[in-house]
Parts: sequence; C-alpha cells; structure tokens
Amino acid sequence: MKVKSPLEIYKLLPKTNCKECGYDTCMSFAAHIIDRSAKVEDCKPLVEAAKQDEKARQDLEKLIELTSPEIDEIVIGKDLKIGGKEVLHRHELTFFNPTALFFDVWDTMDDKEIDERCSRVVEYRKFYVGKFLTLDGIAVRCTSNNPERFAEVAKKVAGYGKPVVLVSFDANCMRAALEAIAEHNPLVYAATPENWEDFLELAMEFNVPVVVRSSDLDMLKSLAATFKAEGVKVVMDPVTEPAGEGLRKTFERVVQLRRTAILGDDKEVACPIMITPIAAWMVEGDAVSKAYWETVIASLFIVKYGDAMILHSLEPYTVMPLITLRANIYTDPRTPVQVEPGLREINNPTQDSPVFITTNFALTYYTVESDLQSAGISGWLLVLDTGGLGVEVSVAGGQFTAGKVKELMEKTGVAEKVNHRYLVIPGLAARLQGAIEDETGWKVLVGPTDSGRIKGWLEQHWPPKK
Amino acid sequence: MKLTLEEFFKLLSKYEVEEIEGLRLEGDIEIEIEEGAGFAHVVNEINLAMQHLMNALSMLGAPVSLPGVEVPAAPAKEHKMLLERRFEPFRVEYPGQIQEVQLGATRSEGGSRERVIKLGGEKSLPFYLFDASQPNLPAISIDVFDKPVPLPKAVREHYEDVMSDPAEWAKKVVNKFGADAVTIHLISTDPLLDDTPPGEAVKVVEDVLQAVKVPIIVGGSGNKEKDPIVLEKVAEVAEGERVMLASATLDMDWERIGNAAKEYGHVVLSWTQMDMNSQKTLNRYLLKRLGLPRDSLVMDPTTAALGYGLDYAYTNMERIRLSGLKGDEDLAFPISSGTTNAWGAREAWMKDSPIEGDTPWGPRELRGPLWEIVTGLTLSLAGVDIFMMMHPASVAVLKELISTLGGRKGETKVGDWVGVEL
Repeated sequence: MKVKSPLEIYKLLPKTNCKECGYDTCMSFAAHIIDRSAKVEDCKPLVEAAKQDEKARQDLEKLIELTSPEIDEIVIGKDLKIGGKEVLHRHELTFFNPTALFFDVWDTMDDKEIDERCSRVVEYRKFYVGKFLTLDGIAVRCTSNNPERFAEVAKKVAGYGKPVVLVSFDANCMRAALEAIAEHNPLVYAATPENWEDFLELAMEFNVPVVVRSSDLDMLKSLAATFKAEGVKVVMDPVTEPAGEGLRKTFERVVQLRRTAILGDDKEVACPIMITPIAAWMVEGDAVSKAYWETVIASLFIVKYGDAMILHSLEPYTVMPLITLRANIYTDPRTPVQVEPGLREINNPTQDSPVFITTNFALTYYTVESDLQSAGISGWLLVLDTGGLGVEVSVAGGQFTAGKVKELMEKTGVAEKVNHRYLVIPGLAARLQGAIEDETGWKVLVGPTDSGRIKGWLEQHWPPKK
Repeated sequence: MKLTLEEFFKLLSKYEVEEIEGLRLEGDIEIEIEEGAGFAHVVNEINLAMQHLMNALSMLGAPVSLPGVEVPAAPAKEHKMLLERRFEPFRVEYPGQIQEVQLGATRSEGGSRERVIKLGGEKSLPFYLFDASQPNLPAISIDVFDKPVPLPKAVREHYEDVMSDPAEWAKKVVNKFGADAVTIHLISTDPLLDDTPPGEAVKVVEDVLQAVKVPIIVGGSGNKEKDPIVLEKVAEVAEGERVMLASATLDMDWERIGNAAKEYGHVVLSWTQMDMNSQKTLNRYLLKRLGLPRDSLVMDPTTAALGYGLDYAYTNMERIRLSGLKGDEDLAFPISSGTTNAWGAREAWMKDSPIEGDTPWGPRELRGPLWEIVTGLTLSLAGVDIFMMMHPASVAVLKELISTLGGRKGETKVGDWVGVEL
C-alpha cells in the first residue's frame, strides 16, 4: 500500500461520519484501511456517489489505487486469495493470504486412486489454536496428452469443491479442461516462452488466472507484462529447481522478484509467486527422502515469499509440519494470541469435578481445553491472565504467581461451584505448589507436563485420596 | 531475399491479404525483399512489391487499374507481440557487519583443538549470496548430557549405547553424526538432581575435550545460583580452549561468567527470553560494564518449537539480525539456537493425536525429525549461526540445506515434473 498515514485517505473520504462502514468516524475508517482490516469499497456513500458524480468517481479510483496491496491479490476458485502482500518481513505489518497448498493428481491415474487422493485433501484436518487447519486445493496434471481424458479428470476433481490448478503445457489439452471447468475459476499452469500465445488466448477467452513460467527473469517479466497488459491475472513461476546450485538459484530468483516488486516498486513483477516443491520427486532417492526434501523446499518458501505451491506428498508426517509452519508465519504479529481469563466449564462439570488451571496464551489454552474435551473429562478450567505467555515462561517470568492464582479464584467464585478444595496445576508450574497452597489454603496437585496425559493422570489421582 | 510468385502469395495469405481484386498473375516474376525485416518492414516491402508487380503487369498488358493492396492496420487474427522487458534486481546493501566469533582454539592458539569453527561475519541476510558473500555458513553442535536424560524414543534410540558415558557420547556425535561441535550439558550439577560439586562436574568437560577434536560448548543445569559457580570452574579447567560458556542471563550473576570467560579466553553465550530489548541490555552489560571482547559474544534469543511460538522466535531473531546489519553494534553478534527444543512439541514425540477430529498424525519416527528440521531451517532464515540439535537425521538434512543455500553444491541435472507420473 502506497499510503502510510490515515490522513491521506481521510482527505478523499466523504467526511460525514455516517457510520455506514461500521466505524464511528471517517478517520477511524481510514485507520482501518491502513492496517487492512477495512476496504475502501466498504464506504457505501462513496461507492454510490461514484456512480453519478465524476469527482467522487475519481476519488474512489484514487483511493483504490492508493490502498491496493503491493503484490497483486488473485482469487482462485470461489474465494481462495493468494498474494496481496505488503511487506518483506512479517514484523513490518503482517503477511496476508497464507501460502495456498495444492496437492497433485494426474490423469493417467485410475479413477479410484484419484478419488482417494482428492478425499484425503478434502478431509485433512489438524486442530491448532482453537480451529482446524485444512488444505487448499488440488492440482490436476495432464500426463495422458489426451484432451478428453484431461477434461474428464478435471471435471471429476472440480466436483470435490476445492480450488483447482490445471497443469499442462499443451494448449489443446488446456482448452479441453477449461471448456469443462472454466466456471470453477481454476488457475492455469503454465504459460511458457514456447506456448504463451495460445495460453494468452485461452486466459482471455475463459477469463481465468494464469501462471507464467520461466527461470530467465527477463523472460518471466516479459511474459508477466504481456499478460497483465491484456488484463489477465498473473502468477509468476520462476521455476523451482529442487537440488544443488539450482535450488540456491531458485531461492535467489524468488527473493529478488519479491524484493524488487516491493522495494524497487516494479509493478510488472508484483505478482503472487508459485513454488513447486513437487520437483523434489524428480531427484534420485527413496520415497521418504523425497518426501523429506519436498518438505524442506516447501518450508523454505513458506517462510520466504511463496504464495501458492504444488506438492506431491500427502503423508500426514509431511503435511502437519507444513501447515503448522504456515499457521505460524502467517499469524498476525499485531494481535496478541490471548484468550479471555476466567473460569470455563468443560463437559458439564459437577460439584465433584476437578479444578484445573492454565494460562491465557491461546495456544496453551486451546490445547488444554481440546484435550479435556476430547478425553471426555468433566471439569472446571481456570484461565489465568499471564499476558499471553505459556506456562513455563510465565512461571519463570513472574506472570504466573500464587498471588494471581488466589485473585483469580476469588474473582470467579470457583469455591462455591465445588464441594472440594483441590486444584490441579500444570506439571510445568510444579515449583509453585507450596506457594499456592499457602496463599489459597487449597490442596495443590501437580498434574502432568502435557495436557494430553491428563486422562491417564486422573485415573490414578482423582478422586484424591484423603 | 528473392521471392517467387508462389512465395509472394504465401506471404500475402500469411498476413491475411485474401484477395487482390482483378489480379491474375502468370509466369515467373521475382520480387526482392531485404532480409531481417520486422512486420512493419514487411508491409512496406509488400507495398513496394505491389508497385513492382503493377509495373510488370502493365508491361505484360494486363489491366493496370489495380487497387492498392489493403494491408490491414493490425492483422485480422491478432498476433500479440511479447512485451520485451529486462528484470533489474533491486540492490540492498547494509552498513553493518556481524561480528566474527571463533569457537575452539588450535595448539598454536593456546588450545588443543584440531578443528575450529568461525561464526558470523555476515553483511547480508542469511544465504543472500547475491547481496554479499557469506564467509561462514551456520554450524551444528549436537547435545550431550553428563547423565542419562529422558528423551523421546526417536532420539533416544540413537544414544542408548552411550548415554552413561559422556565422552563416548561426544565421540559418537562427531564421528558418526558429523557434529561440527559438541555441547556438553552439566545437568547433574542441578541442586534438585545430583547437586554434583563444580570440581567434580568439570571432570566430564576434561574427558570430552580429550575424546573429541572439535570445539565444545558447556552448559550448566539452568539453576541460576549454581550455574555461575559451575561455569567459572569450567572456564578455569578449559583455559585456552575457547569453549562457549552457556549461558549468562540477566537474572543471575552474569558478571561472574563474563569475567571467567575474559580471564581464561572463552566465549559467552548471552541468553534472553525472546525479547530484543533485554538482549540488547545483557549484551551491553557484558561488553561495556565487563569489557568482554567483541569477538567473545554469541547470543541465544530463545528458540520456541514449530507450533509453539516459532513465529515469535523467528521474528525476534530476524529483527535482531536486521538491527545488527543496519548498524546496531549491540546486536551485531552471531546467533545460537537450541533447536532441540523442537522435541518438546507433542507433535514431535506423541504416538498420535489426543484430539478428536484430527487426521491421524502418521508415524512419529518420521514426524519427529521433520519437526526439528523445520524448526531449524525456519530459524536459519532468520539468521542463526549455530544450531544445537539432537536427531542425526535432522542434523544431516539441515546440513544439506545449509551447504546448498550457502552455494557449496554443484549443478544437478533434474528432469521436469510437469508431465511425469509419480
């Protein structure tokens, strides 16, 4: 975004403080546009005025131009957004639109296998900080060179409802697949120095986003510029070479492209970047080595500027670290990951149920809460305000203290909810056992260091032996 | 170039000139067109050629009232031209440079190491070789403990045979798993464990120095009262070896550790809890108040595991590194990462997910090492210069990536995946 101050935006707004955008003042609205939690188009009066009034139309256009992201934002499928980045380092603002992960099928696979892989993509779930992480889409590769078959498989895959990437360098095959599923807004992979004229025609005819591909950055920029000039949405693939000097050069190309787009203000390369860790499967080695190396390449470019990826391994042991890394890198550093302190009821607790305590660091809290839920444990969960720190750090740093525990217990009135006086503290807070007992008068039981083991621990320790 | 009539008509049809009204040509007529013509040029040539043709035709007695050829302004079937561009990479140069720090000392330097490690020296972000060369690539040290410790199964199985003998353990990590250095943790000194007296604990350090020829790093137990006493003793018995004393923190007697390092020629690991400002403070205390030489300081800004705060660790280290490069002298030091922390994540060691609704996690013996690899590689991109790790496969993979991105590998020919069945 070119503007840095809300004032520059405010100047072009109606300044009526009408609140239609959901904010109290136009100035507050402008501030939210700056941090990208609101869009210019949310100003309904301005959008309406622009339909009739020339001056308003110009203001709106100027605002949209001033506030558009540094890197183009592109939609694949119905609403999967990629790109839209503003900065090179996440602390400078935040990274928008997490790297989209596409997993491959190919059209010479038998239908059963295709269905099996698609189902795995659609069904994959990993619980993390209060929600389930999922995968984004499926890349259909044409290995048959047969337009009818490619179209047939594309149609089948699109039926799963996830965004699709169509992979072929052959214009006839691509045309057949687009005729079958263009309305699903697939991403076309890829226009090259050899086929670009035909692919440009396809992109314009079917109005779909296209990946342009070349490891020669002059050529890549030429292709991007040519497609953009025709109004096509462009993703750039600087070619992922999976090993040796080739991988190092890939890293260089990706960093140079993104840095030149953002710091060098080169709009023609301000496109989302496609990375293809699947290339690791072409390196010699056994399946585990290939899966490992694919994960390494993918991780590298989740951290550094990959906006979309095509991957092969669907093994949970490779998928889980990748989506966790993606969740971490794309966590907004501006918002502390905390939950409300207080008392939570888990699985309808009674007067006899145990009382647990944990911190308000979102990751800790959701882990403990979901572990109790999943294990079917009924209990009371005290959530201590540690300023969003985990157990170990807050005990060491003095945010988790006996005094604060006492305060929380009084505030929540937990003593009235149960007919016992036992508090279960996290294993990592064991050293506070005596102090909490002195402070609260309750008996303190030291629980396991991992809440995943509470079930087994309770079997031995609850109800407590008198 | 010479055109025959037949070629001429081909040329016309190529540019969609479908008909020249009332024209019939017979016989051999040659038209000359220059080589190297672009489209506009060719159109010109066609017009010229038409003049030739008409002249020729009139000579042959054909009707001369020929209409001029209607050459379309743009071809009917649009032929797009590639917009030719040059990519000019944006150049970045930083004023600062990260301090170079050597671990280990050779005989001629007053120690007994056969190999030493140099950390730091960067003038750019990690692996940005296109900005500046990176003289020292990150090194990997493997953790060894002075008594058996509980470890996740996937890690434990590699060390079970040497766990009761730190010297053998150290040999194994160097000779078998390729460690560049050994970190020996004197955890038995913890008053809550064996409370081993410092004088006795340091015997293990001497044994390890005997057993391996690489630099060593010595850690305490994490006890704030005991560690300064233990590390002081370590500094004394390892005089001249340039070991790294791990660690000095703000809430302990850092002065004692710093002074010992100064007196006996060692390196101090300055450890803070994921906060750039505290890191700056502790570094300043060590450098300015104690006068620790700049080539004797390494920082540990704290490593959180993938999924457990890695985002904080990454961003904290990246900001520290950027500050150093931009000229903040208090932060321009090599960074160390306790990557073994990755094994604290339940995803690394637990048999399967305790959470209902999760897709099964897959075999933990494959999952665990990847957890350590991804934690390490992420932080390598933030600027880590030395990793402390445990799983041999994780060490091998991270080493491979470091030497690849560090430009130490040759070209490898690999085919394209696009149309291949996998």
